Amino acid sequence: MQSLSINQRAAVLSVVMLVVGLLLWEVAIPQQQLATELTEYELLAGGGAPRAAVPPPSDILVRAWEELSDPFYDAGPNDKGIGIQIGYSIYRVLTGYLLAALIAIPLGFLIGMSPVAYKALNPFIQVLRPISPLAWMPLALFIIQDSEASAIFVIFICSIWPMLINTAFGVAGVRRDWVNVARTHELGALRTAFQVILPAAAPTIVTGMRISIGIAWLVIVAAEMLVGGTGIGYFVWNEWNNLDLTSVIFSILMIGVVGMLLDAAFGALQRFVAYAE
Amino acid sequence: MSNTFLSIERLTQIFPDGAGGTLTVFENASFGIEKGEFVCILGHSGCGKSTIMNILAGLAEPTSGVVKMDGFEVSGPSLDRGVVFQNYSLLPWLSALKNVTFGIKARHPDWSKDRVEAHAREFLAKVGLEGEVVHRKPSQLSGGMRQRVSIARAFANEPKLLLLDEPFGALDALTRGTIQEELLKIWRGTNQTVFMITHDIDEAILLSDRILLMTNGPHARVAESVDITIPRPRNRTEIVEHPNYYAIRNHLVHFLGERSKALAGKASGGETQSPATVRIDRTAPSATEEDAEGERRLRAVND
Ligand SMILES: Nc1ncnc2c1ncn2[C@@H]1O[C@H](COP(=O)(O)OP(=O)(O)OP(=O)(O)O)[C@@H](O)[C@H]1O
Ligand SMILES: [Mg+2]
Repeated sequence: MQSLSINQRAAVLSVVMLVVGLLLWEVAIPQQQLATELTEYELLAGGGAPRAAVPPPSDILVRAWEELSDPFYDAGPNDKGIGIQIGYSIYRVLTGYLLAALIAIPLGFLIGMSPVAYKALNPFIQVLRPISPLAWMPLALFIIQDSEASAIFVIFICSIWPMLINTAFGVAGVRRDWVNVARTHELGALRTAFQVILPAAAPTIVTGMRISIGIAWLVIVAAEMLVGGTGIGYFVWNEWNNLDLTSVIFSILMIGVVGMLLDAAFGALQRFVAYAE
Repeated sequence: MSNTFLSIERLTQIFPDGAGGTLTVFENASFGIEKGEFVCILGHSGCGKSTIMNILAGLAEPTSGVVKMDGFEVSGPSLDRGVVFQNYSLLPWLSALKNVTFGIKARHPDWSKDRVEAHAREFLAKVGLEGEVVHRKPSQLSGGMRQRVSIARAFANEPKLLLLDEPFGALDALTRGTIQEELLKIWRGTNQTVFMITHDIDEAILLSDRILLMTNGPHARVAESVDITIPRPRNRTEIVEHPNYYAIRNHLVHFLGERSKALAGKASGGETQSPATVRIDRTAPSATEEDAEGERRLRAVND
């Protein structure tokens, strides 16, 4: 062990914890029914009605294998592969998120540059920001009259605030000296914005974008549970209604994995725009 | 004064003092700088040197008074007035080379990429930065290297007037010496006009044609303009041998040590405040001339 680096040791420890945790879980599930009895019962109950008990990890691994070996099958509205469901969720998140970025970043720039704009917009931001994004749902459904667009709207409204606030904060905090460098080089407003203020504020802006994508991914699951139809949130809720806890647990894990990947992408972007003073 | 290259006319700067009152940094200050001159300004901390420089750069507006360059009033910053800021002010996300090309692209938008880069490399080489080093970010450079990049950026734009705010303040004595010599070398080649703030008397004597002395604030004024009567090219080790060196140095030390305080704090009463010219020359044919000069200077200061 002594010769391993910190990272290697941590990795070994992670694997050990995972294996021990899964074993404990596996053992803790009482072997309540005999498999043969259950299968007969299941057959009587008609097809794949699952048992209403917490499944052991081995079942989940088997389910994961099944689902991930054919993630994009589509057998009607209530039976789509996990890949398709996650695809719908990501599509909604990215649409709402990009719309939010399109508005939040230029507006944040304006607020950061102009104390008047900051003071004028601040009360609205302070009131709107603490509203739970899901509280908008009924209003969105009523006004937009479309569940798909309403889900996107909810993502839009929840991801706009961190981006708006961080952009304004980053832009307002750009060192005076750097702006003076732009001024002494007679750069116009647009070039100053793109060549000096944007790169200077980029780390703060991207931090806001990273927070936003995290919140958006949290919210989409809840939004899809309400709206229904497609998406990973709907999938979880649907499997719960089917009492298929194996699928529920598998989907929960998938939600975590996708969230982690989204966050990692923005982490990479953050490293790309970072600079040391 | 009308035909001087840079003329500062009755410049006044008043700031709010933070306690509801006002702080007069300087009042009705007037002086001029000739084309091609290297002028240093010496004065105690807080007397208003940076304030003057920011006004010359066009980064700040004076309360009243005007600055004219080539007969035209200065308003706002311009590429004709290059600034080397005290803390280098390099853009940290750009490499040394990109920091310099940033300035050149602003100055010559019509130049090709290759030409811009060649020009940047030429000026970086002049301050001793060549090879792989130019691709490093400022955070990966030493303080002295950053300062060189900053100087290269300013000189590469070939501004008519170069403003340097304590450019070597953060450097150790050795690095300082090297960069001072590099600065002199480039300046000789281009014959640009330089206005520089410093706290270092020896540095000021080495570099300048003329040193402006400021009294302490508030109500500071540029009290004297001391000619540096030591021929160029100068070098750090040899100028101390020159007969005028210690005479000038003692005069400056005396001013900063005592007279800057004694002369401080008087309101101008609306009068234009111009510096008295002081010329100390021990090599002049007759010693009496120097004494007469000294007396005239004292009168000029006392009246
Ligand atoms: N924006 C401002 N508002 C109020 N007072 C100011 C402002 N800028 C400068 N001052 C005051 O003006 C005076 C002169 O400041 P300045 O920065 O020009 O000094 P300096 O001669 O450059 O000093 P140093 O050698 O320490 O750099 C100081 O008393 C300072 O407190
Ligand atoms: Mg200063």
